[in-house]
Amino acid sequence: MSELHSDEELAGAQPDGTRAPGASTLVDVRGVDKVFKRGSEEVHVLGGLDLKIPDGEFLALMGPSGSGKSTLLNLIGGLDRPTQGSVTIGGQRIDSMSDRKLAAWRARHVGLVFQFYNLMPVLNARKNVELPLLLTKLSASERKKRATIALEIVGLSHRLGHYPRQLSGGEQQRVGIARAIVTDPTLLLCDEPTGDLDRKAGGEILDLLHALNTEQGKTIIMVTHDQLAADRASRTLHLDKGRLVDEAQP
Amino acid sequence: MKYLSLIFANLRRKKLRTVLTVLSIIVAFLLFGYLSAIKTAFVAGVDVAGADRLITRNKVSLINLVPLAHKNDIATIDGVDLVTHQSWFGGIYQQPSNFFAQFVVEPEPFLDLYPEYVLSDGEKAAWLGNRTGVIVGRSLADRFGWSVGDRVPLLSPIWSQEDGSRDWAFDISAIYEGAEDGVDTSQMFIRYDYFDEARRGGQGMVGWYTLRIADPDRAAEIAQEIDRTFANSPDETKTEPEGAFIQGFANQVGDIGFIIGAIVSAVFFTILLVAGNTMAYTVRERTNELAVLKAIGFTDTGVLGLVLGESLVITAIGGGIGLVLAWLLVAAGDPTNGALPVFFIPTQDLLLGIVLIFALAFVVGILPARSAQRLEVADALRR
Repeated sequence: MSELHSDEELAGAQPDGTRAPGASTLVDVRGVDKVFKRGSEEVHVLGGLDLKIPDGEFLALMGPSGSGKSTLLNLIGGLDRPTQGSVTIGGQRIDSMSDRKLAAWRARHVGLVFQFYNLMPVLNARKNVELPLLLTKLSASERKKRATIALEIVGLSHRLGHYPRQLSGGEQQRVGIARAIVTDPTLLLCDEPTGDLDRKAGGEILDLLHALNTEQGKTIIMVTHDQLAADRASRTLHLDKGRLVDEAQP
Repeated sequence: MKYLSLIFANLRRKKLRTVLTVLSIIVAFLLFGYLSAIKTAFVAGVDVAGADRLITRNKVSLINLVPLAHKNDIATIDGVDLVTHQSWFGGIYQQPSNFFAQFVVEPEPFLDLYPEYVLSDGEKAAWLGNRTGVIVGRSLADRFGWSVGDRVPLLSPIWSQEDGSRDWAFDISAIYEGAEDGVDTSQMFIRYDYFDEARRGGQGMVGWYTLRIADPDRAAEIAQEIDRTFANSPDETKTEPEGAFIQGFANQVGDIGFIIGAIVSAVFFTILLVAGNTMAYTVRERTNELAVLKAIGFTDTGVLGLVLGESLVITAIGGGIGLVLAWLLVAAGDPTNGALPVFFIPTQDLLLGIVLIFALAFVVGILPARSAQRLEVADALRR
């Protein structure tokens, strides 16, 4: 059970922030500690954290630098492992998976959006979006088709052949989002997706994420420092010193 | 195959660096191929030397002669099937730079011992029917544009004729072909009977003996027996397999195999550092991108494979072009205009070149690839 929410509360969360009776828990984080070792020193980033996120929710994670937001996001995305506790996504314990299984699980279930886009500069927009599909058995033509559709969804069908250096920050982030959704993942994890954008471009990215949540039912967890960005989420959690301290709903 | 576009895209990232690295690898493999042809030229005789042939020479050195009288003694030794002798003529054709080897031989036993020098029955009869006749190899005839019936003048710094003249002349009776790759067709063979009668001095002495033994497994035993026979005589002998003899002949200008091996090793070591440095930089500057690949689902092994794949593509392009260029250059002909008549890249050296491509790719790529494999995603994304 979450420190702040009961199962009953979470089970009814709707993509638009309202609760729907019967919605299932997608993310279940229980008693998670995360300790980093810096030389001989141990840094406790997360301590005894419990969190449940229902399927279809758009959750914002806020908190000061070093509060553990990105670490929590990494644990939920299977990019890192907890020192203690469990992380269950869609009924699967991901913290105990082998590295190989975890990589396959990420490829199938998680879409990642980064603050600095993290596109491959040597690949054009379509090839960047196609990258996760290389891990599937899809044919080259099918990969191309799906990448094109993903870019259409984010409004970049006219920029397929452009390289990252030829795109604005907002456009690069759209390519990043297209790459994240091209495999139709269960979960979208966004680490400060508007952090490197001006307000207008940031607003467009948030509109896009909101649409993916409401229209396609994607469960989104977004780390942000921006209250305006957090306001677009259906629920906001605050972390401080590795613990959840507060909850806000729009 | 689907990852090739990703690999090629990464190689295009720093075009100049990739091109320079590939060029350095091309040079290494070009040298490897070309030098292997030169090595082959020097030791060609070793490869085609008969396992059943021994050479008996003067124990002091190759330039000291041995008595003709040894022939009968050698022939009686158990296990010796056939024995004949050869001598170095050392003539100059027109000018010293036109060097080619000339040997004085007994035609019939010589041709019996060396089936790799191919003559038709008619050609053989023509040689036996002309005392001043010689046979020359195909590459030698092509080199000087000779044909059967031509008269070839030679100036011998070693042998003079009865009248004191050092000018000799021989008639080309036939042109022999090599039975296989590597057979030296750049030589001339002169009849001993004519030579021995015509020369002033040295009668009764020959350069060395070539003998065929019935059982190659007894070669060491027979060689010891021959040398024991002439022990404590004024003309002690040293008997060894033909391959070792030819190798010793080639080694008079240095251990060619060692010299070429040392050059190629030095070149490859340098290339290892150059290409290794390139790969290390390539991976280091892409730490974040590699982490992203892992984040979106590439496995550790997959990332390792991608980096090794890049290494293999670079070395395969460079090595492939280098070997092809070497092959084309060698096919264009002997650079000495005839002094290296057996001049080709042996198939096993080409195969070794291909193995070297893979080995270089592995050695160059494995450390950066392992580093990429071990990359912790979350750590790398924070950098």
